Amino acid sequence: MNIEIKFNGQTKSLTVKTTQSLLSALREDAKAKEVKDGCSEGDCGACTILMDGKAVNSCLVLAPAADGCEIVTVKGLGDASNPSTLQRGFVTSGAIQCGFCTAGMVVSAKALLDTNPNPSRAEIREGLAGNLCRCTGYQKIIDAVECAAQKNNS
Amino acid sequence: MSFKDKNFRIVGKPMPRHDAWEKVLGNVSYAGDHEIPGMLHVKVLRSEYAAARLIAIDTSAALAVKGVETVLTAEDVPNNETVTKFGQTHTVGGFEGLYRVLAEKKVRFFGEAVAIVAAKSPEICDEALKLIRVEYEPLEGVFDPAEALKPGAYLVGEDDSNLICQYKVRKGDIGAGFAKADVIVENTYRVPQVDHAYLETECGSAWLAEDGVLTIRASTQVIEHFRGIAEVLGLPQNKVRVIAPMVGGGFGGKEDITVETFLALVVFKTSKPCTMTWTREESLLSHGKRHAYTMKYKTGASSDGKLVALEVDILSDAGAYVYLSPWILLYSTVKATGPYNIETVKVDARTVLTNNIFASANRGFGGVQVCFAYERQMDEVAKALGMDPLELRRKNFLHQGDALATGRVLEHAVETEQTAINVRKMLGEKTVSDKANILIGQGIASSMMSYGRMTFLHDTSRSYVSIELDGSVTIRCGVQDIGCGQKSSLASIAAEVLGVELTDVTVYFGDTALTPLAGTTTATRQLYMSGNATLKAAQYIRDNLLNKGAEVLKVAVEDLDLADNKLVVDSDPSLAMPLAELVKICASDGVELFNLAQFNAPAREFMDFTTGQGQVFADFTFGSHGIEVAVDTDTGKAEVLKYVSSYDVGQALNTLSAEGQIEGGAIYGLGYGMTEEILYEKGRALNANLATYLIPTAMDVPDIEVDMIESHGGIGPFGAKGLGEPSSVPSAPAFVNAVCNAIGKSLSELPATPERILRALKN
Repeated sequence: MNIEIKFNGQTKSLTVKTTQSLLSALREDAKAKEVKDGCSEGDCGACTILMDGKAVNSCLVLAPAADGCEIVTVKGLGDASNPSTLQRGFVTSGAIQCGFCTAGMVVSAKALLDTNPNPSRAEIREGLAGNLCRCTGYQKIIDAVECAAQKNNS
Repeated sequence: MSFKDKNFRIVGKPMPRHDAWEKVLGNVSYAGDHEIPGMLHVKVLRSEYAAARLIAIDTSAALAVKGVETVLTAEDVPNNETVTKFGQTHTVGGFEGLYRVLAEKKVRFFGEAVAIVAAKSPEICDEALKLIRVEYEPLEGVFDPAEALKPGAYLVGEDDSNLICQYKVRKGDIGAGFAKADVIVENTYRVPQVDHAYLETECGSAWLAEDGVLTIRASTQVIEHFRGIAEVLGLPQNKVRVIAPMVGGGFGGKEDITVETFLALVVFKTSKPCTMTWTREESLLSHGKRHAYTMKYKTGASSDGKLVALEVDILSDAGAYVYLSPWILLYSTVKATGPYNIETVKVDARTVLTNNIFASANRGFGGVQVCFAYERQMDEVAKALGMDPLELRRKNFLHQGDALATGRVLEHAVETEQTAINVRKMLGEKTVSDKANILIGQGIASSMMSYGRMTFLHDTSRSYVSIELDGSVTIRCGVQDIGCGQKSSLASIAAEVLGVELTDVTVYFGDTALTPLAGTTTATRQLYMSGNATLKAAQYIRDNLLNKGAEVLKVAVEDLDLADNKLVVDSDPSLAMPLAELVKICASDGVELFNLAQFNAPAREFMDFTTGQGQVFADFTFGSHGIEVAVDTDTGKAEVLKYVSSYDVGQALNTLSAEGQIEGGAIYGLGYGMTEEILYEKGRALNANLATYLIPTAMDVPDIEVDMIESHGGIGPFGAKGLGEPSSVPSAPAFVNAVCNAIGKSLSELPATPERILRALKN
């Protein structure tokens, strides 16, 4: 079936199978390789995207359910010439090691700050609990989100 | 003033990593992100028995499915059985293991690859996999290494014994040592098999290049497996190329071959490009794990706290294939004493085949299991003596100039004692509990972990550095970047030495065709080995630039430095010349502005296995962890309230990055202490997904306070030591020591789950 999504600000038509996950449609059909597949079972958060402003595991959403929705990936948050405060925060705080969880982590952090612009460290930890990272021990990721929140609020 | 005076511009500063922007913008193409027009998809048929005889495989129905290109079994592989080799090493005996691409004769573990299918889509692969008929004769199997050693035990492989190898260390008269002891403490420690659980599962693509070179782009820590892949296919080594793009986590789990030979076989048979990504379940079921160990420790101490005797017996479960088990066991054997000077020592260690998933490298490489035992044992000895655990450690720490039980003298900086004092201080006074059911405890643990490979392997690394006509710098070095900053560290070194900014350096890495071979990204060796090679190459170019600069400006070479993209004259800043200008003069005069350097690790003879004497490691990183926990006596849950970690890093290349290693290592190790364990039922892993194999989430762990000592006493560039593995080693014993301190009972098994803590409380 055909679906139409607003993908990082641009309208995109995709032909998908009814049983296909949104993760698969984004990676294989929309070629959005920045969306990572860490488990396909909703356990790791690597495939997190914004769907109508909410952070979701794209592996748990069926592609047809995204018809008419606005989808934002990490590439929709900023680019080299105009990175978001969160992306800048991740770089300057040393929050990135292997980088495989980063795209999903930044998107989850974006959803968190959209609903809670001034979270405590404990609230950041709670907000990112669905995104696994095996490299950093999370601390510098928490630093990065805290740093971005301060920049956003100043 | 130059980098030689440690007056660094870049080294030792907190810097954003060189590779951070490309990752945060979503621009990195990992091994599973690469698409080639017309590529086939490849999937594996895996064994559903842990032990079975393979009678027959019928692939005809699978081959008949429309869209299936090929179905391959062991008999299609030119050399299905070869000998494991890891990197460009000196050939030594005693470490060989069978490498089998696809199951043959006997299936040895649940999840072992039996056949592979290549088809036009993943869905067609799945359909074809279901149609492959495999006739098995189930066999009893053996799943416990102690059982596997008994006479008449089921034989896992084709040899007449399940014992792979055994090592020993002997120092002094152990009987006389125990006779001197005032207290003797005996315990048996058990640690389970665990997984790496990197976020990126095993993946890659492969194609036949126009010049006939079979090219594989894969998530790997070892591009030099191109030699092994060539052997499997019967091709000359220079007809196989391996590229490692940025790797989404390794931790030792991508040290062995994973997808590479499967992809190579499909290209070899079909000449078509192909791709493969393992599911999380496949990843958990079929790559090497950290070895489960049973460790008997018997320690004798005098009443004043001096350790006079240590007897250790280690039994390691190698699982279904040998892989790196003998090497890992040797690490454990040498490190079994921990960072302590003990009068008499007797260590015996064995590793044994079973029908569990094979075990191989995992961050710490045999140093982690024994650290749990020796650091738990130190607390138990302290308890028996009525002595403070830190005090007992301080009476026995090895210092610079002391010898290990293997006779090896520690020539370089040993700051273990200082790190232990620091973590105790950082932990501070114990938090006071205001609830009757909450008990507070503190624990510390120290460790000794090598960086760099075993010295009898005669390890080398090569790096090429050049300076371009505009003054920008290029590095070509065959490191695999697995996320620890391998690429970024090399850029820092070249930028420091050549007086440019980090962003002026481009690093090409991980390609056997285009980057000089730099060995494996394992054994915490890349900063040490490739860092030194890069330093050597950059230094050569620096010398050439300064000599020409001295000639042009008519000043002494000693008066010159390179900084801020300029040739700087220390005595007269007005004479400074842009680097690009100096480069042009050099180029025009034929001065070499490139260098390919090789760094050779100190090479030693093979260890004497009859006595356990000799040098195995070039140097160690020493550090300590301190943890405070709150244990709920109703539920058994232990919450970590404080976590502190102190290391002698030698010299941090990038303090932000070094802190990141220490923090990440602590949490990786904390998972081992708290939750992680592959659960088995007769060789079948029961928790092969991330909902039941639990690694720490952001909510499970606290912030970590990091302390870095810079002794400049390492053998890496600028006196650096390695951190990748060492940062993770003492987490689990520090956690369990804290729990035991809280509840006043002893735990000797990992992970220290709430169930185990409750059981200990009730005993």
